Amino acid sequence: MDFISILSIFVLACFVGYFVVWSVTPALHTPLMSVTNAISSVIVVGALIAAATAGSPSSKWLGLVAVALASVNIFGGFAVTQRMLAMYRKKDR
Amino acid sequence: MHTDLIVVVPVWVMLAYLIAGVCFILALRGLSSPESSRRGNRLGMIGMTIAVGTTLAIHEIASLPEIAGAMLIGGGIGLVTARKIQMTAMPQLVAAFHSLVGMAAVLVGAAAYLNPEAFGIAVRITPIASPSIISIFPQSRIEMGLGVAIGAITFSGSVIAFLKLNGNMSGKPILLPLRHVINLGTLAAILGLIAYFTQDQAPWVFATVTALSFAIGFLLIIPIGGADMPVVISMLNSYSGWAAAAMGFTLHNSAMIITGALVGSSGAILSYIMCRAMNRSFISVIAGGFGAVSSGGEAAAIDRPYKRGSAEDAAFLMKQADQVIIVPGYGMAVSQAQHALKEMADRLKAEGVRIKYAIHPVAGRMPGHMNVLLAEANVPYDEVFELEDINNEFAQTDVAFVIGANDVTNPAAKTDKSSPIYGMPVLDVEKARTVLFVKRSMGGVGYAGVDNELFYRDNTMMLLADAKKMVEEIVKALG
Repeated sequence: MDFISILSIFVLACFVGYFVVWSVTPALHTPLMSVTNAISSVIVVGALIAAATAGSPSSKWLGLVAVALASVNIFGGFAVTQRMLAMYRKKDR
Repeated sequence: MHTDLIVVVPVWVMLAYLIAGVCFILALRGLSSPESSRRGNRLGMIGMTIAVGTTLAIHEIASLPEIAGAMLIGGGIGLVTARKIQMTAMPQLVAAFHSLVGMAAVLVGAAAYLNPEAFGIAVRITPIASPSIISIFPQSRIEMGLGVAIGAITFSGSVIAFLKLNGNMSGKPILLPLRHVINLGTLAAILGLIAYFTQDQAPWVFATVTALSFAIGFLLIIPIGGADMPVVISMLNSYSGWAAAAMGFTLHNSAMIITGALVGSSGAILSYIMCRAMNRSFISVIAGGFGAVSSGGEAAAIDRPYKRGSAEDAAFLMKQADQVIIVPGYGMAVSQAQHALKEMADRLKAEGVRIKYAIHPVAGRMPGHMNVLLAEANVPYDEVFELEDINNEFAQTDVAFVIGANDVTNPAAKTDKSSPIYGMPVLDVEKARTVLFVKRSMGGVGYAGVDNELFYRDNTMMLLADAKKMVEEIVKALG
């Protein structure tokens, strides 16, 4: 992908983010933070590339540590979001 | 001779990352209502699985056991923490999670710097009769530099935010002399070095950018006081997104770019909402120092007459009421009073009293904190209202029950131009026929360091005790 296509994706995604986030109900702002936390750990993709590649041992180890850190976030972030969301109930009538 | 090392990415891989990105958009979209939110969260998990699966599928994995080990260790820690964490500690947890994203970005950046060929961001130049040099594309150097810098700021900033929220560090702002000069100088140095990095990919440049960025993250957060933590935590949320986006640019990965943009905007919008709710400008929050000096007259204020009530008085007043609005704040979280509060509400409902909850956007230490605590105590979310939806109702309400909130109820914000919180939107609790104000003692002031006019009003009754104990006593008195 060339720079302009990447930039286009980025700019459009910023707009999507803007509109999607304004539609989030304030009652769910804490789960919003924890789930954005979890998804921003998609950075694990970069960590996996570094960890998977033979060649530079130092790069591999940095990658492995990054994989571990991002995994804490991915599993912890989604799990804690799920735990919170399960608590939101309507009045039982 | 130049050997271009760009890896040609198959189309299905690009599509897979795009689908992952769309899943993340839908995950946030789901949060527009509690009903759709659980499906949204599952879509988020699916998106992450697609992104990770695709990455593993297209790379020759030289170290599968190590990777599996790293994921197991990290995932295990994450799952156990997520299960054990108390809902009152969510702000600290989120700060800690932000710091991990930041650190991961720094490590990925460093790994990409050390082994750029693996990421397809370099060309190998082989001059005749000398060893080949791997030159990282100048554009990738900028992206990498920015990614590492934002990641490092996110990391050290979040660590400080965590220490402040967790109580390991005082919430009081720490003000260094000349801090604005130091901060701006450091930022300028970072940007200058990133620019220089395009000319010279020497390790010292990369290392200095990283070190300075760690330092600036630390320096930026220490002067910000406890009351501004909701802004800080939202801002760091935003940074963690921009760090991911910058890495996405480096790796040409659409899933990372889409996610980074989403998270970046999300944090920015939350910061804006929090600033608006405090009537502060983002710049003044970032500049820090708020709450460093408590305004004078505190000692004099303590001598003013006020009405003190007992749990029995409170129980009697609320039992007679048609409608009670409960206004929770951070103090409720600190004393873990939410479950007792729910019991009190249930008893009152059994007496035929209508119960509503009013939440100020900055009640608590992070956006939406009170809503989660009430949800944890099984309070139905349709009894919980935001400031603008309920503020008109106080005038027709018999009792406003303020528990652990202070500044967000201070009428001075509407009338006293000299007050530091002047102009901040507040809950009009004083319009209720009676205000019951649960507070530990008369001595303490709110986080903004200002006295609350409300305490001394004729229609206010102070209930001086620990929030949880007081509520439990009221429950007992309700019989």
